[in-house]
Amino acid sequence: MTTNTKSKNPIVRLLTMNTSGEVGGRDLPLWKQILLQLLTLFIAAEVMFPLMYVITLSFSSKTTRPSSLEIFPKELSFVAYQQVLDRPTANPVTFLELLQNSFTLSIGVGLISLLVAVTAAYAFSRFKFKMRQVLMILVFVPLLMPAIGLATPLYLLLNSFRVADCGNGVIALSPFMACDVGLGKVLFNLRDSLWGVGVAMIAGALPFAVWNLKGYLDTIPKELEEAAMIDGADANQIFWQIVIPLAIPQLAVTFFLGFIGHWQEFAMPWLFLSQPGDYTLAMTLYNMTGQYAGSIPWNRFAAMAIIVAAPVAVIYIALQKQIVGGLTAGGVKG
Amino acid sequence: METSKKSASLHKANLKRAALPYYYLLPAFILMGVITFYPLIYQVIISFTDFQTKDLLKQLSSPELKYVGIQNYVEIVMGGLPVQNFEFFRILTYNLWWAVTNVMVHVPAGILIAVLLNTQGLWMKRLYRAIYILPIVIPPIVVATVWQNIFDEQYGAMNQLLSVIAGWFGSADPVHIRWLNEYTPPIPWLLPNGPLTLAYYAMMIANFWLGWPFMTMVATGALQSIPKDLYEAASIDGASGSQQFWNVTVPLIRPAMIPAAVYGFTLSFNLFNFVYFMSRGGPARSTEILVTFAYDLVRNLRLFGVAAAFSVIIFFVALIIFLITNRITHATESYSEA
Repeated sequence: MTTNTKSKNPIVRLLTMNTSGEVGGRDLPLWKQILLQLLTLFIAAEVMFPLMYVITLSFSSKTTRPSSLEIFPKELSFVAYQQVLDRPTANPVTFLELLQNSFTLSIGVGLISLLVAVTAAYAFSRFKFKMRQVLMILVFVPLLMPAIGLATPLYLLLNSFRVADCGNGVIALSPFMACDVGLGKVLFNLRDSLWGVGVAMIAGALPFAVWNLKGYLDTIPKELEEAAMIDGADANQIFWQIVIPLAIPQLAVTFFLGFIGHWQEFAMPWLFLSQPGDYTLAMTLYNMTGQYAGSIPWNRFAAMAIIVAAPVAVIYIALQKQIVGGLTAGGVKG
Repeated sequence: METSKKSASLHKANLKRAALPYYYLLPAFILMGVITFYPLIYQVIISFTDFQTKDLLKQLSSPELKYVGIQNYVEIVMGGLPVQNFEFFRILTYNLWWAVTNVMVHVPAGILIAVLLNTQGLWMKRLYRAIYILPIVIPPIVVATVWQNIFDEQYGAMNQLLSVIAGWFGSADPVHIRWLNEYTPPIPWLLPNGPLTLAYYAMMIANFWLGWPFMTMVATGALQSIPKDLYEAASIDGASGSQQFWNVTVPLIRPAMIPAAVYGFTLSFNLFNFVYFMSRGGPARSTEILVTFAYDLVRNLRLFGVAAAFSVIIFFVALIIFLITNRITHATESYSEA
C-alpha cells in the first residue's frame, strides 16, 4: 500500500490516496466498503447534478427550453458561447464592455481598499496610542451593518453630485450650483456611474480590509522589527521595508478574496446604474433569468453562468491551500 | 543651554513619534468619514423624514421635505406602510427561521459527510474531496440562477427528475409543481407566523447544496486533529462506533463547529444575493428577508425615508445578533481551553 501511494501514475495515486496517514483499504470489510462507496457516490451525484445540468445546457445548440431531463452533453456545440460573446444582451453593449466593467469594479475596489487599509491596520497592530480602542470600535461598527444598510444614504448623497447643461450655455455643478429652472440636461451623475458604484462598494470593503489585515499583521513576529529598530530604522522604514514585504502574500490573498466578492457584487450596481453600457456581468446574468429573461434561450443563459463562474473558480482552485488554511483551524491535509 | 536644546529636540522627536500612528490612520479615516460615517449620520437624519423621489434634487433643503419624527419607525414595526404583504414581525421571524433551519441542516450533514470521508481505508477519498469542494468554488449568484431554472415549473430539471422517478412507479403524467410560485404552504403549521411556501423548501434545497461543503471542510480539519489513540482507547474499552462518535468525535470537534455554525447563521441571515437571485423574496414576499426588503424599499418602492429607518432597525437587529453570537463563540473558546 505504501508503495502505491508513491506511484507516479496519478490514477493509482488517486485511488489509493492516504489522506490521514492510515494504512488504507485493509481494515474495511468489503461489504462496508461497497456500502460507503454507494453513499459517497450518491453525494457526489448530488453535487454534480446542477453542474452537469448547466454544462449540458451550455453545450447544447437547441434554442428551445429543455423538455426532458438531460445531464450528459449529447453534443458539443459552442453556439451558445459564441452568441453570448457576440451579443450578450438585447442592449447595444458588447461582451468586452461588460467584462471590462466587472473587472474595473472588482480590481479597483479591491486595490483601493487594500492600499488605504494597510497603513491603518499597521497602526492598530503595532502602536499604542490614545483613542486606539475608540477608533477600532469605529472601524468595527460599519462591519455590523449589512452592505445593503448603507445603500440608501449612499444613493442619495452620490445622486447629488451632478453635472448638468442648463440649456442657455450654463453648466451647473450640483450640489454647488443648480440650474435656475428644472434639472437641465444631466451630463453626468456620480450615482449613475461606475465611479459612484465603486465608492459605494469601497464603503463596504474598507472596514473589512482594515480588520482582516490587522488580524494578519498581529501574527507577524515583532522580532524583525525590533532588530531593525535597534539598527536605527525609523517606523516608516520598518513599515515599507519589513512589514509590507512580509505581508505581500497575505495582501495578495486578501485582494483575491475581495475580488471574488466584488466580482459577484450585484446590489449596488443594480441599484445605482441605469445605462446598459455600465452594466456588469453579474447584472447581465440576473437579467437572463426569471421575469426579465423574456425569450432568452436557456443554452445562452447556461453559457453566461459558466463564463461568470470561471474567474472565481480559477482563483479558488489556484489559491485553495491559502483559502482553506485561512478558513479552517486544523487545516486539511492532502 | 546645550542640554535644554537637546531635550527640546528630543521632545519634538517624541511628539513626532506620538503623532505617527495618527498619520497612518489618516487615509482610512478620511475616506471612511466621507463614505461611511457621514452617510450613516445622514441615514439617521432622513429616517425621520418622508424623503421621496421628489426630494432627490434638493435633498435636505427641499421645501417639500417633512420631518415626521419617529413615524417611519412606528409604521414599519406596527404596520401602516403603503406596501403590500409587509408585516415586520413576520419577515423577522421568517428571517430567523430561514437562518436557523439552514444551519440546522448544514452542520449535521457537513459533520456526517466529513466523518464518512474520514473513514479509514475508504477508496477514492481524494477524488471525493475534490468533487465535494466544488459548491464552494462556484459563485453563489450563479448557483442561485441555475437552481432557479432547475425549479422552473414547466422546463425545470427538478420536475423532470420527479417525472422520471414517478415513471418508475408507473405514473405517466409529467410532474408540474409550481416550486417558486405556489403560495399555499404545504405544511401550514410549521411556522404559524406566516406561510412557508414551496419556494422556501426549494431555496432550502438549493442552499443545502451550497452550504454543507463548507461545514464538511471545517469538520474535516477538526477531525484530522483528533489523536487516533483516543479511538483506540475507546474501542479497547468496548465503545461501539456510535458511542465513539458521540463521546469522542462530537465533543472534540465542537470547538471548531460552533464558530462555523455562528458564521453560517450570520451568513444565511443576510444572504441577499442568493435570495434575490432565486426567488426575489416572492411569492407575495413570503421568502423575503430583512435585507431584501430594505433593498426593495429603495430600489423599487423608492420610499427613501422609510428605507433609511428600516436600515437603522436592521443595524440594531444585527447588533443584537452579534452580541448573542459573540457570547456563544467566547463561551466555546473557554471550553476549548478547559
